[in-house]
Amino acid sequence: MYDFLVAPFVEFGFMQRALAGSLLLCLSSCPVGVFLMLRRMSLTGDAMAHAILPGAATGFLLYGLEIVPMTIGGLVAGVIVAMGAGAVSRFTVQKEDASLAAFYLISLALGVMIVSLRGSSVDLMHVLFGTVLALNDEALKLIATIAGVTLLTLAVFWRALVAECLDPLFLRSVSRLGTPVHFIFLGLVVLNLVGGFQALGTLLSVGLMMLPAAAARFWTSRVEPMCLLALAIGFAACVAGLLMSYHASLPSGPAIVLSAGVAYLASILAGPRGVLRSRVRHHRHRTA
Amino acid sequence: MAEASLTFRDLTLGYNSHPAVHHLNGTVKTGSLTAIVGANGSGKSTLMKGIVGVLKPMEGVSLTAPGARIAYLPQQSELDRSFPARVVDLVSMGLWPKRGLLGRHTAEDRETVKRALMAVGMDGFEARPIDTLSGGQLQRALFARVLVQDAEIILLDEPFNAVDARTVTDLVALIKRWHGEKRTVMVVAHDLDLVRQHFPQTLLLARRPIAWGPTVEALKPENLLRARRFDEAWHDDAPWCEPEPHEHGGDDHAHLHAHGHHHHHEHGEAHDSHDHETGPRAA
Repeated sequence: MYDFLVAPFVEFGFMQRALAGSLLLCLSSCPVGVFLMLRRMSLTGDAMAHAILPGAATGFLLYGLEIVPMTIGGLVAGVIVAMGAGAVSRFTVQKEDASLAAFYLISLALGVMIVSLRGSSVDLMHVLFGTVLALNDEALKLIATIAGVTLLTLAVFWRALVAECLDPLFLRSVSRLGTPVHFIFLGLVVLNLVGGFQALGTLLSVGLMMLPAAAARFWTSRVEPMCLLALAIGFAACVAGLLMSYHASLPSGPAIVLSAGVAYLASILAGPRGVLRSRVRHHRHRTA
Repeated sequence: MAEASLTFRDLTLGYNSHPAVHHLNGTVKTGSLTAIVGANGSGKSTLMKGIVGVLKPMEGVSLTAPGARIAYLPQQSELDRSFPARVVDLVSMGLWPKRGLLGRHTAEDRETVKRALMAVGMDGFEARPIDTLSGGQLQRALFARVLVQDAEIILLDEPFNAVDARTVTDLVALIKRWHGEKRTVMVVAHDLDLVRQHFPQTLLLARRPIAWGPTVEALKPENLLRARRFDEAWHDDAPWCEPEPHEHGGDDHAHLHAHGHHHHHEHGEAHDSHDHETGPRAA
C-alpha cells in the first residue's frame, strides 16, 4: 500500500514537484471554477484556454520552451481576449457567449499559425497538453504566486463576487463594484489558466478548473462548502492522476483530468443532489 | 413642508435615443409616500433605474438629497434563483451600505437580519435555499433585505406582482411603517384601488408625466383617460426633441402641464397635430 500510494512521491523529486504544482493549482483554480460554473460561464474557461494560445506560442517562438516568456505571452493574450469579450458584452447588445466565441476563435487561429511558423507538431502537443512531470522550480514559484494572488483577490472581493452572481442589479444599486468585479474575475480566470498550462497544458488546465466545481455542485447548496469541496476533489484527482500516470506510464495531464472526470460522474450518481438520491427521495415526503 | 429627497430637472431617460421618461420636472418631498402609476412601457421602471443611477439620463438630472441612501427593489428578473444561497445570505446583502465589501458582519448585524425576517413573517426561513421559495416568499425576503438596508429613500418596482392578497396586506403594512418612519417611499403599482387606499401621492406617467400630486387629484378620470391614450411605440421617424428654454424656478408639480405643448412627438394630446400612420393608439 505504502509502495503504491506514498513511495512515488517520497522517492522521486519530479513527483514531489508535480504534486506540489498541481495541488497549488487546485488551490486557486477550483474556487475560480466554482464561480465560473455558478455564473453559467463554464465554457468560458474552455474558450479562454484556447485564447491563451497565441500569446504562449509567441513566447515559445521567440524564446523556446521557457516558462516566463510563455506565461507572460499567455497572460497578455488571455487578458486581451477576456477584456475585449467582456467589454463587447457589457457595452453592446451582443451577449458574452457570442463575443467570447468570436475573440477566442481569432486568437486560436492566430496561435496555431504562430506555432506552425516554427515548431513541429510535437512542440504544439507540448504547449497544448503540458508536462506536469517536468515542472522546474521556476514554474513552481510561478504557480505558487498565482495561487497566492488568486486566493487573496477572492478573499477581498468575495462579497462583491457573490452579490454580482446572485443579484447584479442590486449590487449596482448599492455599489460601483459590479463592472470592476466582473473584469477582476475574468482576470483571475486567465491567470489560473496560464498557471495551469505549464502543468497541464492549455486544453486540460480548464479541466482541473471546471470538473471539481461541477462535481461539487451535486453535494452542497452553499457557495463556501462548494469551493472547499471542489478543492478536495481537485486534490484527490491530482494525487490519483499522478499515481496512475506513474504506475501505468500514462500521460500525467489527461490522467489528472480523467480522475476529476470520474469524480464528476460519481457525483452525478451519488451526490445528495444527484440522480440516485433525488429519485429515491421522490418516493417519500414529509407532511410539511 | 419638509425638504426634497429627490429632485428631477428636465429628466429624460431612455434607450437608443428614444425617451422612456420624457422631461420630468419636480421634487419628491422627504417622508412622502408616492405611487407611480401608468401603462406598460410608460417609463415607471425606467424612472426608478434613473433615480438609482443604474441608467444614465439622456438629458437632465435626478438629484438625491445629500447623504440620503437609496434602497431599490427591482422587478425580479436579474436575481439568479439557481445560485446556491440561503435566505439569510440574500437578506444579508442588505448590509452592504453599512458594511461594504470587507466590513465584518457582527452579531448585531445578524440580529438585524433576523428581526427583518421576523418583520416580513419569515421567521425560521433563514437556512432555506432561495430556489425553494415561492414567489411570495421571495418577495417577502426581498422586502426584508430592503428593511436591512435601512435607507432614507425606498424604491419598489412592482412589488405586488404575483403576490397573494395576504402578502400584499403584509407588504403594504411594511410600506406604511416606512412612511411612518419618515422615509421617502416610491412604489410602482398597477392596482388603482390599492393606490387610492394607501398612497397619499401619485405620479401618473405616460412617458411624460400626466399628473403628479395628491392621489385623488392625480387619478381623476380625465387624467387616467389621457394616460391611457398614450402611444407606447417608438417611431424611428419621430422628430428630434430640441432643447427649449425651461424655467426651473418653480420646480414643482404645477408647471408639469406646461409640457407637451412644445413636444410634438408626444401622442395622445388633443392639440397634437403631428400624426403617424403606423402609430397604434391604445384606447
